[in-house]
Amino acid sequence: MKKLLSLLIATAMTISLCACGGAASGAADTSDAAGSDGKLNIKAGFICLHDENSTYDLNFITGAKAACEKLGIEGVFKTNIPEGQECYDAACELADQGCGYIFADSFGHEDYMIEAAKEYPDIQFCHATGTKAHTENLANFHNAFASIYEGRYLSGIAAGMKLNEMIADGKITEDQAKIGYVGAFTYAEVISGYTSYFLGARSVCPSATMEVTFTGSWYDETAEKEGANNLINDGCVLISQHADSMGSPTACENAGVFNSSYNGPTDNACPETYISYCKIDWEPYFEDSITKAANGEAIPTDYVGTLETGSVVIDHFGKNIAEGTEEAVEAARADIIAGKIHVFDTKTFTVDGAELTSYMADVDTDANYEGDHEVIVDGYFNESGDGLRSAPYFDLQIDGITLLDTAF
Amino acid sequence: MDNKAKEPLIHLTKRGQIPLYKAILIRIIAIVIALIVCAVITGLTTGINPLEVYSSIISGAFGSVRKTWITFQDLSILLIISLALTIAFRMRFWNIGGEGQVLMGGLGAAACMICLGERIPNAVLIILMIISSLVLGAIWGFIPAFCKAVWNTNETLSTLMMNYIATQIVLYYTILWEVPKGSGKIGIINQNSHAGWLPQLFGSKYLLPIVVAAAVTAFTYIYIKYTKHGYEIRVVGESPKTSVYVGINVKKVIIRTMILSGALCGLVGLILVAGINHTLTPTISDGRGFTAVLVSWMAQFNPFAMIATSFIIVFMDRGAGEIATSFDLNQSFGDILTGIILFFIIGCEFFVNYEIHIRNHKKERER
Repeated sequence: MKKLLSLLIATAMTISLCACGGAASGAADTSDAAGSDGKLNIKAGFICLHDENSTYDLNFITGAKAACEKLGIEGVFKTNIPEGQECYDAACELADQGCGYIFADSFGHEDYMIEAAKEYPDIQFCHATGTKAHTENLANFHNAFASIYEGRYLSGIAAGMKLNEMIADGKITEDQAKIGYVGAFTYAEVISGYTSYFLGARSVCPSATMEVTFTGSWYDETAEKEGANNLINDGCVLISQHADSMGSPTACENAGVFNSSYNGPTDNACPETYISYCKIDWEPYFEDSITKAANGEAIPTDYVGTLETGSVVIDHFGKNIAEGTEEAVEAARADIIAGKIHVFDTKTFTVDGAELTSYMADVDTDANYEGDHEVIVDGYFNESGDGLRSAPYFDLQIDGITLLDTAF
Repeated sequence: MDNKAKEPLIHLTKRGQIPLYKAILIRIIAIVIALIVCAVITGLTTGINPLEVYSSIISGAFGSVRKTWITFQDLSILLIISLALTIAFRMRFWNIGGEGQVLMGGLGAAACMICLGERIPNAVLIILMIISSLVLGAIWGFIPAFCKAVWNTNETLSTLMMNYIATQIVLYYTILWEVPKGSGKIGIINQNSHAGWLPQLFGSKYLLPIVVAAAVTAFTYIYIKYTKHGYEIRVVGESPKTSVYVGINVKKVIIRTMILSGALCGLVGLILVAGINHTLTPTISDGRGFTAVLVSWMAQFNPFAMIATSFIIVFMDRGAGEIATSFDLNQSFGDILTGIILFFIIGCEFFVNYEIHIRNHKKERER
């Protein structure tokens, strides 16, 4: 009897839900983005993997809030959205709420944003760090990244200056100028990051070498701390990292080893050993893409923010940096903007002992890990190049860098 | 207190059967008190009008048609895991390995989708997926059951540890199947061909898990209440010695029950991977294997009461996300409120089970 009753209730519940679903889908989506008084008439939705407590997401939230304020529009934030169907649901909820522009900040959100973009062709979907926009051929789905490798290169220069100072002071010999790097995964974004950082350091300190370890997580404080400690025990005299916790900077402060930071300055917690940080400032992208979405203009399929657009930031140095660091970084920044320096200039590095003249990079995302685009152009590796994709694809293992583990 | 008096101020007696209305009344009072405490804490710590927070929680769960659907979908997933665990709990076999069993079920489905997708007819693929999910989940239930039956190992420990093994196995395959290389993410499987995606019922993305949950609820109720197996489970739970005496093969019952429990969890893995997320991650179960333990206990192993208890958890969880969005509060604040409410709901069981007698026939004495 009870079973029958429950079945009946379940059925009734289901049917009533179906009825609701049918009725409401027609009524939704009545908003449109036509400006009336010069102000942008659009609501922007932002999907974040975590909340402000994660430095990674905080960086997006800060940029998004600044852009919304500047444009005078409403921003709706959905935080703690996992990289699963929840992202699709969140995007659809934002669409239900009348957002004409929807953004997601984490790599794993991409496929779910694409699903939502297919369903809502009138809404613009933008996604940071993704790789698929240039092959999906959806008019309303766009990727964005920044030439953060340029910021890393400049960070590397600051680090190389510090190494030079240590050599000049007799603290280490030239051969001991070994840098350590704590990476998350053996992912192109990470490889591009540590390689550019290393090339920056080596451009001022020619004897520099590097060791890299991977943690297999974007945020694992214990593993990052442990990784940094292992590198220090291995003789690394300077550390940088591409993972989001304070594990590595803290380990460096405790051991008195200098550290180049990412996403934000860490000199509050690590005043003695902090050298510099670099980060992507997302505000310029948000401003640009939201304005275009509101005005019905085309948003670039792959947007690459640069030093010039203000998207790549390196602006805060520690108190113990080597003399002349800021001037050297400033000079290199100007040279990069002027096109005099290319970070991945093939004359500055070798792969298996040979200079690179041709390389097919795996730019298109598919199940085959095979190269599909020639990326050596005019004597440099064309990272995040026009017509390719915004997310990094530099995945070469250059001489001078030793990978301690590649399990991830 | 200097006590010459033999009768204490308060004493407790175990209640016998309590009338249903009374039991429900006690629980309603508990929830009301919990809401008042939540309101006070909200007011004191955030300065936000608690009523606004409550209405925000409700709109988080039911604010739109889509939100309502998702709430029921989440409810269904949690409910099926809870039911799966309940079958084992009825036998006093503390299966806290739901997490791992769900993951293995998901792995089975994902493996078929990735390795066989677009190569064999979709109907065959889905049948293979169902089989491999159920079998992998069942194996993850079988191993601790076998150890318990043969060597009398502690099932709480072994089922728990099986979770970690499952997580690592799934992590291994995530790295093996990742796209693009190094990203640590599989992404949506067969996004364009939809091979191996479970069909939508009546054109709704959200209906399938709800229907499955309804079916599993009815099945579990009948199974534990009206079948010989269900009876054997109860007897083994009450007293293994009695079971031996009446001729029940205890080992067989333990293993059979855990295979069923694991297979039902595997079914959830199948739904999560092939019906909802269309990907596999080590966190796809999202702790629900553990939350389900709470759901099952709170419902006192009653399948229908479990609909209510899993509803409370899902409702509060969905609400917590909405509070975070609309008041700029952290997700954690919603979790705090959930914690308070659960504290009162679980705490009130004490008053359902025990009667409190306060001494009132003596005169007031000096302290």
